[in-house]
Amino acid sequence: MKAGIVVFPGTNRERDMVHALKLVSGQTPKMIWHRDTSLGDLDLVVLPGGFSFGDYLRSGAMAAHSPIMREVKAFAEKGGHVLGVCNGFQILTETHLLPGALLRNAGLRFLSQDCHLKVENATSAFTQGWKSGDIFRAPLAHGDGNYTASPETLERLEGEGRVAFRYCAADGQVSDGNRHSNPNGSARSIAGILSENGRVCGLMPHPENLTDPEIGATDGVPLFKGLVEALVG
Amino acid sequence: MSVTIDAKLAQSFGLTPAEYDKLLSIMGRTPSFTELGIFSVMWSEHCSYKSSRIHLKTLPTKAPWVIHGPGENAGVVDIGEGLAAVFKMESHNHPSFIEPYQGAATGVGGILRDVFTMGARPVANLNALRFGDPKNPGTRRIVDGVVRGVGGYGNCVGVPTVGGEVNFHKAYDGNPLVNAMTVGVAKQDKIFLSAAAGIGNPVVYVGSKTGRDGIHGATMSSAEFDDEAASKRPTVQVGDPFIEKLLIEACLELMATDAIVAIQDMGAAGLTSSAVEMAGKGGVGIELDLDSVPQREPGMSAYEMMLSESQERMLMVLKPESTEQARAIFEKWELDFAIVGQLTDSGRITIKHNGKVEADIPLAPLADEAPIYNRPTVPLKAPGHIQPPADPVGIEHALLTLIGCPDLASRAWIWNQYDASVGGNTARRPGAADAAIVRVEGTRLGLALTTDCTPRYCQADPKTGAAQAVAEAWRNITATGAKPLAVTDNLNFGNPERPEIMAQFAQAIKGMGEACRALDFPVVSGNVSLYNETRSPSGLAQAILPTPAIGALGVLADASRSIGLSMPADHDLVLIGEIRGELGQSLWLREICHREDGAPPHVDLVAERRNGDFVRGQIEAGLVAACHDIADGGLLVTLAEMVMAGDVGCVLNAPPSNIPLHAFWFGEDQACYVVATKSAQALLAAAEKAHVPARKLGHSGGKELKLADGIALKASRLRDINAAFFPKFMGEDA
Repeated sequence: MKAGIVVFPGTNRERDMVHALKLVSGQTPKMIWHRDTSLGDLDLVVLPGGFSFGDYLRSGAMAAHSPIMREVKAFAEKGGHVLGVCNGFQILTETHLLPGALLRNAGLRFLSQDCHLKVENATSAFTQGWKSGDIFRAPLAHGDGNYTASPETLERLEGEGRVAFRYCAADGQVSDGNRHSNPNGSARSIAGILSENGRVCGLMPHPENLTDPEIGATDGVPLFKGLVEALVG
Repeated sequence: MSVTIDAKLAQSFGLTPAEYDKLLSIMGRTPSFTELGIFSVMWSEHCSYKSSRIHLKTLPTKAPWVIHGPGENAGVVDIGEGLAAVFKMESHNHPSFIEPYQGAATGVGGILRDVFTMGARPVANLNALRFGDPKNPGTRRIVDGVVRGVGGYGNCVGVPTVGGEVNFHKAYDGNPLVNAMTVGVAKQDKIFLSAAAGIGNPVVYVGSKTGRDGIHGATMSSAEFDDEAASKRPTVQVGDPFIEKLLIEACLELMATDAIVAIQDMGAAGLTSSAVEMAGKGGVGIELDLDSVPQREPGMSAYEMMLSESQERMLMVLKPESTEQARAIFEKWELDFAIVGQLTDSGRITIKHNGKVEADIPLAPLADEAPIYNRPTVPLKAPGHIQPPADPVGIEHALLTLIGCPDLASRAWIWNQYDASVGGNTARRPGAADAAIVRVEGTRLGLALTTDCTPRYCQADPKTGAAQAVAEAWRNITATGAKPLAVTDNLNFGNPERPEIMAQFAQAIKGMGEACRALDFPVVSGNVSLYNETRSPSGLAQAILPTPAIGALGVLADASRSIGLSMPADHDLVLIGEIRGELGQSLWLREICHREDGAPPHVDLVAERRNGDFVRGQIEAGLVAACHDIADGGLLVTLAEMVMAGDVGCVLNAPPSNIPLHAFWFGEDQACYVVATKSAQALLAAAEKAHVPARKLGHSGGKELKLADGIALKASRLRDINAAFFPKFMGEDA
């Protein structure tokens, strides 16, 4: 799988993503600087986590205007696969490649902890490594992860099966008002969503940090395995 | 400037009349305003270590695995495979009291720079925090600001915060302690030092612009506080972690080339100390033209620029042919890059501004004739051994009180605000093991990291307390299976001009030195923070508890084989070490009997080493499934922590009858570990052979902590009590 990772000033989880992609696909991803003006020949573009431009204006808002984002948009419009994790998800909503926005966590504090995610739709390239209803663990680490969208948008996401992942308790229980199972207060416990064509995916937690058995667990591997299977067969 | 420069002005800059006389004899004339500023910061306690130096010299700093000891920006040790760990801990106490968020944030930023200056990519942050009495209404604001500051900076730069410690005590009401530690990894043959070389080589300034913030911060940190501390807020620097992240990447990119001759971050006393230290260490002169310094605001004077403590700045000496290559890298990262001077053969630091020479000081005497004091001490009162009081409340009540008290309550509320997983190499996160474990990227090696100190022991007996801090750090690393390599110290004390404080300092150094020698655990870097006192309006000075915080590092050949503290099901539990039931200065005495007295637990360094080497050997032999040392709260708290972490209970045997029950369970005896093993028999036999005291404690399983006399406590109940304090204290227990 030919993957490219976009690096903005302030990106800080690009090395984690390299490690995960290499471990699962066996191929070293290409690093792309935000001022580059072409992506090259890629199967997958990844916008990794971090604090692009310090998140000073609004998380992801400045990065959305970096030169490379024109290329990422064109890539997505042509049907390319784009994964945005954490700050990458925020950038995807700021570029309108995904609907909605990510507000300050409901508790108004940065959160770094393990959460559990329920796979809602296992038909996309990003989720096909799981079965629908599967529950897996992933670390999250963000200050602005509280997903919100208009009621119409939320209905549409649900109706079109575009909710990819939902926060839940270890036993799979989803409870929007419970800070233990829905730590940042996201609308409908939404942790990750898909674009209309199912080829752009954004999520807040970090499956890439749970891919190496030597570090403790492999809960995040199906994301990358599924992508390899879907994109290179 | 029309200010008269004399001894009186010098005094207001923190120089004593004798120090000013020395300055006059070095200069042979009245100094300029800028020169006076340079002398005052270079000779401040913070930069010169004038009160502590003669004591620090007695600490052991060498071992075959030590590559660079104290004297560089950070300590450097060999971790194998051609790699080195670079680490140091540093305080930001004074600024954190005045402005908690920025004080803590810039503390993290400063220590990060000390590490990546040496060519190491930072891989882990830790901290050691002390706050005032939770009942003091001001404490909550400081906890909130400090925790947000540590997280705000560390999370943004993308360096995981993997460990630390937190204590509360009323002695820190007016003087919280924020000690931040960074660990980095570099190739042994790519370590960068600060000694400048090459007459004519360009001196280059990179990073943020210089502003008027933090002027005289180093001098502020060299005096006690009074009730006007808040008026010093303008001397606190403001941090920008985003710029720091860019600076890390730009510096590491440049360091991959061979452009750099020397590099030094601008920390305390900013441009002054970096320029003076680089040139001084290299035995050369340095000439700076301040007109070229990137400035945030117009009209800054030479004095302001030389003393500014604006953050995220570095000074480098480059090979002349490489300056354009270096400039391109910093421009790519959108950072300022300016050639601000050159090295000379004058042996002097010469500062020009607007075509005028503003300072011209000979470097050798500025360093060599810096004041050094052997300050007077008084004999300290030896703590009396106390007769342990009878148990007024029973074991169950005492255990529940202890695990819910501020010093033992779960720190999850704090950890959960620090990104511990960024980097993808954190194998043991905070609370999972006695030390955090971070894998070294591209290898199987694991770094074991911890910070430790028990200030109440140090208050009762500074020598034993400081030895205990070293021993506990060594023990925490050992309990994960790692080999302890070296320590960094952060020595926080009160006003050294008071003989009883100076005595505490001297005794603590003695204790540390003894422990470090006995455990082959050299000190490779450190920081001293004095004058941690607040003078009340009535004139009474309240000093902090003596707090020699120890940051320590060990290495594991295979990070995935580290041992955690979670209770595994169906294992025998064995106590390694001997419990005599030491209740002096214990948390049991404080929380149950409301007494802070007696002598701290005895530190037997021979037993410490013997027991620890034995435990590590058993871990290496694969016989240990979990391990947790005995510390604050004693043996039963250790067991309860294992139960809470694993959500697995245990059934405990009756304790020996020759010790009072509460002394056995809550005594804070040193050199002890609880080990979970498949079969106690093999472990006990091995211990006997090694002359290590060991005793079977019970067996793990179920969901309750059960004692022989019928007490049974559900793991979930223990966890609820343990988790309650922080959210409630911070008003977030909704």
